Amino acid sequence: MADLVLDAKGLNCPLPIIKTKKMLKDVPVGSTLEVLATDPGSVADFAAFCRTTGNEIVEQSQDGSVYRFVIRRAA
Amino acid sequence: MSSQGDGAANAPKSMTIIVTKGTLDWAYPPFILGTTAAAMGVDVTMFFTFYGLPLLLKKLDLQVSPLGNAAMKMPMMGMHMVMPNIIGMLPGVDAMASKMMKNMIAKKGVASIEELRDMSVECDINMIACQMTMDLFEYKLEDMIPGIKLGGAATYMENALKSDINLYI
Repeated sequence: MADLVLDAKGLNCPLPIIKTKKMLKDVPVGSTLEVLATDPGSVADFAAFCRTTGNEIVEQSQDGSVYRFVIRRAA
Repeated sequence: MSSQGDGAANAPKSMTIIVTKGTLDWAYPPFILGTTAAAMGVDVTMFFTFYGLPLLLKKLDLQVSPLGNAAMKMPMMGMHMVMPNIIGMLPGVDAMASKMMKNMIAKKGVASIEELRDMSVECDINMIACQMTMDLFEYKLEDMIPGIKLGGAATYMENALKSDINLYI
């Protein structure tokens, strides 16, 4: 279980990333945030976001049209 | 030497964007890139000049025109329709096209420009209004949203010279 959950379903680029960044501030370093999104572009974008910011995608899955990312806050 | 990919530990990267267009469609790229870059830890400066300057007005009423915009294909009844210029010239067509676009934007979960602009302020994007354009088009600082700065080409250049990315939109 992630420490916090962000429901970004129905939102389009760049909102899932921006809301994720905002919510990550409330996640203690080393803890995780689970993001749910329906934007198919989020698959590439969350990977790029994490590579650039140093946060880590520790889990990723897809259930129908919903993409799920579990991100561990780095710093 | 810094290497790429070790992220937030390094000094932040920076980006500037010159924003020169203020129609509903052209307002998106600078605000999307600006807010996303800020979310990725980039220091962002946006310089609003000429027709981009009204994007800083307190009250936004952005329009899009199909006139002379042959690439503007609107989804309609399962197809994509281009409006002939002779229809695009008629009064009220711009308002109708703008309304359709705003409805589509809301329906598809795309952020409004107002929303993206609020986020830009919130994530401390350095927003500079071009003083010359303010004078030219007779805008006053009190017409504009709070938190912006006034400046000219030299102010922009100072930021651009030390930035990793400089865009003109």
